[in-house]
Amino acid sequence: MTATPDTPAVRMTDLRLDRGGRTILHDVSLDVPRGSVTAVLGPSGSGKSTLLAALTGELEPAAGRVEVFGEGVPRAQKALLSMRKRIGVMLQGNGLLTDLTVAENVALPIRTHTNLPDPVVRRLVEMKLHAVGLRAAADLFPRELSGGMARRVALARALALDPPLMVYDEPLTGLDPIASGVVMSLVRRLNDTLGLTSIVVTHHVHETMPVADHAIVIANGHIVFSGTPAALAESQDPLVRQFLDGRPDGPIAFDTTARAPEAA
Amino acid sequence: MPFVAATRALGAAGLFAVSVLRASKPTRDFFAELTREIYKIGARSLPIVAAGGAFVGLSVTLLGYRALETYGATGQVSVLLGLGLYRELGPVLTALLFIGRAGSSIAAELGLMRATDQITALGLMGIDPVAKTVAPRFWAAVLCVPMLTAFFVSLAITAGYFEAVQVIGIDGGTFWQSMKDSVDFHDDFLVAFIKAAIFGAISALVAAYVGYHAEPTIEGTSVATTRAVVNASLLVLMFNFVLSALLFRS
Repeated sequence: MTATPDTPAVRMTDLRLDRGGRTILHDVSLDVPRGSVTAVLGPSGSGKSTLLAALTGELEPAAGRVEVFGEGVPRAQKALLSMRKRIGVMLQGNGLLTDLTVAENVALPIRTHTNLPDPVVRRLVEMKLHAVGLRAAADLFPRELSGGMARRVALARALALDPPLMVYDEPLTGLDPIASGVVMSLVRRLNDTLGLTSIVVTHHVHETMPVADHAIVIANGHIVFSGTPAALAESQDPLVRQFLDGRPDGPIAFDTTARAPEAA
Repeated sequence: MPFVAATRALGAAGLFAVSVLRASKPTRDFFAELTREIYKIGARSLPIVAAGGAFVGLSVTLLGYRALETYGATGQVSVLLGLGLYRELGPVLTALLFIGRAGSSIAAELGLMRATDQITALGLMGIDPVAKTVAPRFWAAVLCVPMLTAFFVSLAITAGYFEAVQVIGIDGGTFWQSMKDSVDFHDDFLVAFIKAAIFGAISALVAAYVGYHAEPTIEGTSVATTRAVVNASLLVLMFNFVLSALLFRS
């Protein structure tokens, strides 16, 4: 399929995702428009990260198709690694290499995928760290950073190759309200200034909605809502209302013992 | 079925070994990582290898002296020391010390990298995690274990010389001449290095395999570390017998 400017950044069609012999998500179809910030919401264990794994090619769909910029996610290792250069992923656990400094972490994808001379790499790293407000932390090691700082370093590293698509996996977990606000405003600002498409996978509804253009809610193994944040706030769907209002009783089962642990 | 599971695990380990070799490309980043790993797992193992070598040299000399004294052949103690060290004890004991010191750290590091999403993050950045994390450690072990073996044997022979000549009173000239006459450069010295390189490869592959595939938890890392030491040690002992049978025919 040839990508046109109207082709969605991400398209999932009739997707079914299994893990450990269990179906985690089924009948998932969604489009993520280019240039948008899309929030994928849902309670813990609903399969948000599983959806992310399918998008990045870590998990092969049991059925259906995932396309990134009009091209199917490849299965061959070499093609997959090549495709991932176009997707910046900020992981929930940051994934910063602990034996490298902040600057070395951000430089890692640049050094690996380009032949740029060292002075240019250093300049690029400075720019990326400046974009997340951490230029002064270049020589620190990850163990010397606060949770919010580490999250922003991971963001700078995910942006290192100027990917057109950014994916944030639970970017606010463990952050205080101020750090959460900083990270979410960065997501929006970087999306707009760099012309990116962003997908934010989270269960932090109230912090995410102000910066999102589009919201998708996953519960009970499928998509239960897809629309604007305003429409989400007005939704009367019992599943959506229970999630948004944080009610313990309702159609979404709180007891997750029967769920596969990797569905988180 | 245990047989099927064991066969599957063996196949997976074999494929992992192939992936390590395929991921070993001589890039600038690879050599930078290799240098760092040689320092971490090679240079930092020197003290333990030196101490181990010295004590083994002292023990073998004492044992040989007591056994040969019965036959009035104490002058041949250096033959026992030299052949024993080059053919068996040097490569094997160095590899076992290396597994305890560096193999466990390789498994623990990779296990923790798995548990803290570092390996996942590398893959998501389009960087082959095996090329970045395993290949440099593997080649560092292949290069370091022979050098550490040389160091181990040198310390063992030096300690044995001082005990035999300075303490027991064996003639120094006889000590060196007997060793020179019996230890062959090609058949003993070089073969010891080949064995050591193979043991280094086995140690690193086993440690990296169990660490890389560890459950992403603290307990998983702990289990991987134990498995690395136990499995690598047993494999080294097993391969030592096979290699000795194949390489030392005379």
